[in-house]
Amino acid sequence: MSQVVERERPASPQLAHYTAEYQRAVGQTPAQPRWVLQAREHAIAQFERLGFPTSRLEQWRFTSVAPIADRTFNLATDGVAKLDKTLALPMSDDPALAVLVNGRFNAQLSSLAGLPTGVKVLGLEDVLASNPGLVEPYLARLTPTQTNAFTSLNTAFLRDGVVISIAPHVVLEQPIEVVFAAVAEGTASVSHPRLLIVAGESSQATILERYVGTGSAFTNAVGEIWLGANATIDHYKLQEEPAESFHIASMLLHSARSGTFSSHSLTFGGGLVRNEVVAVLDGEGIDCTLNGLYLGRGRQLIDNHTTIDHAMPHCGSHEVYKGILADHSRAVFNGKIIVRPDAQKTDAKQTNKALLLSDDANINTKPELEIFANDVKCTHGAAVGQLDEDAMFYLRSRGLGVAESRAMLIRAFAGDILNRVKIAPVREHLGNILTDHLPHVD
Amino acid sequence: MLEIKNLQVRAGTKDILRGISLSVGAGEVHAIMGPNGSGKSTLARVLAGHAEYEVVGGSVSYNGKDLLEMAPEDRAREGVFMAFQYPVEIPGVNNSYFLKAAVNAKRKHQGLPELDAMEFMVLLREKANILHLDPTLLSRPVNEGFSGGEKKRNEIFQMAVLEPRLAVLDETDSGLDIDALKTVAEGVNAMRSPERAIIVVTHYQRLLNYIIPDFVHVLQDGRIVRSGGKDLALHLEEKGYSGIEAAQPQLM
Ligand SMILES: Nc1ncnc2c1ncn2[C@@H]1O[C@H](COP(=O)(O)OP(=O)(O)O)[C@@H](O)[C@H]1O
Ligand SMILES: [Mg+2]
Repeated sequence: MSQVVERERPASPQLAHYTAEYQRAVGQTPAQPRWVLQAREHAIAQFERLGFPTSRLEQWRFTSVAPIADRTFNLATDGVAKLDKTLALPMSDDPALAVLVNGRFNAQLSSLAGLPTGVKVLGLEDVLASNPGLVEPYLARLTPTQTNAFTSLNTAFLRDGVVISIAPHVVLEQPIEVVFAAVAEGTASVSHPRLLIVAGESSQATILERYVGTGSAFTNAVGEIWLGANATIDHYKLQEEPAESFHIASMLLHSARSGTFSSHSLTFGGGLVRNEVVAVLDGEGIDCTLNGLYLGRGRQLIDNHTTIDHAMPHCGSHEVYKGILADHSRAVFNGKIIVRPDAQKTDAKQTNKALLLSDDANINTKPELEIFANDVKCTHGAAVGQLDEDAMFYLRSRGLGVAESRAMLIRAFAGDILNRVKIAPVREHLGNILTDHLPHVD
Repeated sequence: MLEIKNLQVRAGTKDILRGISLSVGAGEVHAIMGPNGSGKSTLARVLAGHAEYEVVGGSVSYNGKDLLEMAPEDRAREGVFMAFQYPVEIPGVNNSYFLKAAVNAKRKHQGLPELDAMEFMVLLREKANILHLDPTLLSRPVNEGFSGGEKKRNEIFQMAVLEPRLAVLDETDSGLDIDALKTVAEGVNAMRSPERAIIVVTHYQRLLNYIIPDFVHVLQDGRIVRSGGKDLALHLEEKGYSGIEAAQPQLM
């Protein structure tokens, strides 16, 4: 633990609680390599220095994390005994399945036999004990660039998670599905799941992260994705945690030249949700697609912050986020695009659209372009609207009921995102959510 | 079939229809003509159940039921169809998918089994042939990017598929070239039957050369100022709407 910690404000009892939990966790963790312990120590110091963000910070202006900061979350234990096992069943057909319960890898619930040679899907704790060299160049190497208290907190509690390692030139047909189950313990518990994906040169894979759970759990997730040269990853994150849960997550991508990365961020659950995506395009000819679809109901707050960092020339990024907001739900979208001085011929396109189904729903949306190169194409657009009344009348005048007409228009709104989902059962599942689980006329 | 009595309609603070009475029987074709802004579309939209309008007086009964009490979708399921003057573009909703939902909503209401994909395709092809509708339009989003003529043809095509008992065609002829007009008129004429009533709303007499109405009504300033047989349309063609104004309003 660092002795000298500069604090901008006096440590609150909540921060002290996390420090104490950290000390306890370090004491209980099985032996870890020195570099891991150092990263953790650095992270807890950073967390103490930053504290939980307040709305005075620009990046948190519209999202109050007071519901998290004001509560005392204890570190969740493995939770398996209380897990509803049906939550841990895979959604895709015949995937390689890894299951984490409260951030801990569970080999019994996982199904990883039959992975082709060159593909490893492993529990992180096991890897740190038996083969830390596999992850040392990658693990917690992307997080320090982030001055994000939650990411720091995750690293401080780094113990277990899932490691996906794909050898160069391996093309994986079946999806790898990782289920993150959060089982609340006591009044409030927190887990810090960790995912590391290392895709070797010219490899190709489809990865589905699914977040499910029960009760008032706080999931503080961090994923690091290393895309080798010419590698292709089609990545899905489907979040369906209960409405009383908290979900804060960062996905950090680093791509080498000619990588192709597609992300589909699909948020349906969670009471307070913050998804941060940081994609660093650190080679020429990278293609990065960030698609997002979220549905807010009740009093949900869904915040998506994305950063695409064009560090090198000739990269393309395409970002489309669409939100459907019902009831009293709120959303925040912030899309940052950085084009560094060297990144000539960048082609970046960002679109954010929201459909408000109720007068009480709202969204704060903001593009943030930081362009330091001159020969680039950068476009962005945002649109917030309601269901088209004329279209509603047209459909109804042909005999379609109100609910059916609404569902048809909402599906149409989400259509381009849904159609890009290549895992058929996931696509069908999303269609069903939009058709069957929408609140009725406000 | 349709009995409109002293219908008065307002939008916002504007009185648009100011006491319209009209009786339409099964098997009849009525033409409603009138200058721009006279309230033709308002009448059509009120019959279809558009929420923008406030009915402040009068009544509309359809096959003995109070039409004004019914939701738009219930009117459609009971056989009311309005071809829009300005058909709505609906991006992302596939034309034939939408029509299948419409057909099945109606069949369900009638207690008939829903059509499966094959049966529906057969129906679509048959009707598309009659209207010379480019079949690729069926797989495109509803009206999106359709030309003016394609939109109008698509409306009549929907009518042919949905086989309404009462069809109200709001300026289906405007913006059509003569060939398209003939095709559309053929489509409408093919729908004429003793069980079906058709109200053709038009600004121009031209369409009535191809769809011969049984009755013609002239709407002006929210009132029917003249009613007569098909010759009234020709009279209008000669004299224009201003020539009508002096005539005695003929209440039905
Ligand atoms: N929703 C509305 N709100 C206010 N005024 C309207 C509305 N709809 C139509 N009007 C007005 O009512 C009058 C009749 O319109 P409309 O029925 O469209 O006439 P037509 O179809 O005969 O050209 C016009 O003056 C028009 O501007
Ligand atoms: Mg009109």
